[in-house]
Amino acid sequence: MYRTADGKEIFVIDGHTHFWDGSPANQKNIHGKQFIDCFYAYHANLSPPSEKWEKEKFEKYDAKTMFDDLFVSGYDDMAILQPTYLTDFYKNGFNTTERNAAMKKSHPDRFILNGAFDPRDGAKGLEDLHALAEKYKLQGVKLYTAEWRGESKGYKLSDKDSYKYLEAAQKLGIKNVHVHKGPTIIPLNRDAFDVADIDDVATSFQDLNFIVEHCGLPRLDDFCWIATQETNVYAGIAVALPFIHSRPGYFAHVMSELLFWLGPDKILYGSDYGIWTPKWLIDKFMAFEIPEDLTKETGSVLTLENKTKILGLNAARLYGIDVEAQKQKIRAGGGYAHLAEPVPA
Amino acid sequence: MSGDVATRLPERDRQAEHRQAEIWARLQSVMDPELDESVVDLNFVSRVDVDSANRVHIAFRLPTYWCAANFSFLMADDMRRAVAALDWVTGVSVVLGEHMYADTINAGLAQGLSFQETFGVEADGDLEDLRRTFLVKAFQRRQVALLSHLTATGHSPEMLTTLTVLELRGLPVDDEGDRLRRRYLERRDVVADAGDEMPAFVDAAGLPLGAERFAGYVAGLRRVGINAEFNSALCRGLLSVRFDLETPFIPKARASA
Repeated sequence: MYRTADGKEIFVIDGHTHFWDGSPANQKNIHGKQFIDCFYAYHANLSPPSEKWEKEKFEKYDAKTMFDDLFVSGYDDMAILQPTYLTDFYKNGFNTTERNAAMKKSHPDRFILNGAFDPRDGAKGLEDLHALAEKYKLQGVKLYTAEWRGESKGYKLSDKDSYKYLEAAQKLGIKNVHVHKGPTIIPLNRDAFDVADIDDVATSFQDLNFIVEHCGLPRLDDFCWIATQETNVYAGIAVALPFIHSRPGYFAHVMSELLFWLGPDKILYGSDYGIWTPKWLIDKFMAFEIPEDLTKETGSVLTLENKTKILGLNAARLYGIDVEAQKQKIRAGGGYAHLAEPVPA
Repeated sequence: MSGDVATRLPERDRQAEHRQAEIWARLQSVMDPELDESVVDLNFVSRVDVDSANRVHIAFRLPTYWCAANFSFLMADDMRRAVAALDWVTGVSVVLGEHMYADTINAGLAQGLSFQETFGVEADGDLEDLRRTFLVKAFQRRQVALLSHLTATGHSPEMLTTLTVLELRGLPVDDEGDRLRRRYLERRDVVADAGDEMPAFVDAAGLPLGAERFAGYVAGLRRVGINAEFNSALCRGLLSVRFDLETPFIPKARASA
């Protein structure tokens, strides 16, 4: 919960969090080490110095640390757990649905648990998806189209097998498809960042929402164009958001373009925890304004209303969260005990 | 004999220095295809040596272990060609360090193989297509930078859209305008014939802009520039964290103590 100076409460849903284990004990090979090292470089490069973690904490943090960082010292009210399996690099996987499910189980009012699938897993994968969706009542999945697997250098959502999975997902009640279109690992020569496949499936699956994580970076230019034409395409701003500290000018440009092309109802906040933490990201975001010269060009303004949508209301709509009812649940569970009593109006 | 060596050494030093400078100047022209910036400015080249047989040995590294193999290969190949063009150079080796495909790429480079030959069945699709995609993006990025500068310094869309390549070359501009113009003209022929009498400003399809669609066109291109700036900032930051350690890591506990 974020409270403005004049007492207005902003309900925050973090669209992108992870509960990972990248520790040396879990690393299967050099790739596992390089993977967490690369994440750490993102963290160290884009965090303010006071927010940097020691390497060991970054490699593996416990459930309590995560809870505190998100909901106690951080302003998140709820968080979506997005899995990243990477079973080729990590003995028990990096950040599996199963691992995340333990977090969800301890704090059911706080977390939204997402699953994952890979259309290259064939019939077995469809069965697994079925079981996963039923067991955890999944509303969303996170997909990595650029993930390398044996002979395959990634896949496209527009492939025939992807269609099968998307059809199955839809039948299983999954509504939200988060697609990683951002800085990625192991892109060989296929252009793994290409966002054109989003265009195709967004048209074919009108009842699904496609949340393009990291707003298509490093292909923001192509993404904005596609997102404009499709009503069910959203932008997740994880990875773009921390630039608010190191390169506020570029962050302003990115927000101004997203607001111009997609509008304030199609942008979702995400911290990408544990790469970055909600507290400083949201403090800076709430204080942030798009410079006047950019507003003059694009007409984009980060009003309080727009910030409220981006921080929580848009995700609440996608995941069917009744914000007032959810706040009461969290309050009843003592979730706001650390906050000062709201000033009576 | 010893006197002879003493007088020749400084000259040899001068020559070595000169050759180093020549190599770095050649490398300066090699671009990261995605970022459209020099591999030297990006700090990717970590070492250049010339051995006694005038073979050049270049070492480079990238911001992450996972950087795209195709682009990594392209850059290495471009570096090899750029330096091999110096007439005194008898051979060039380019070695990529700390990369997921370092061994594969280095072996391919050493044998003079193409990307396709190096990666075999793993390389599907045409690397040249991708190279072209990014040349067009570079053209667009350089063009929007120049157009924004020229309109900001008082040149009207009506005038700019009627300029020929030759007239653009002769247009009086400030230093920054001159720098941007040079960068733009380097890429002008990516999309269409860039002869003196051809229109200076054309779109990616090679069609003249026309004053009436100028504003919308420039607004559309803006995203290409922003995207590239963003990528560049990210890549520089990651490289710096990975190798240079310019920002020493201070643990939170100690920082606040």
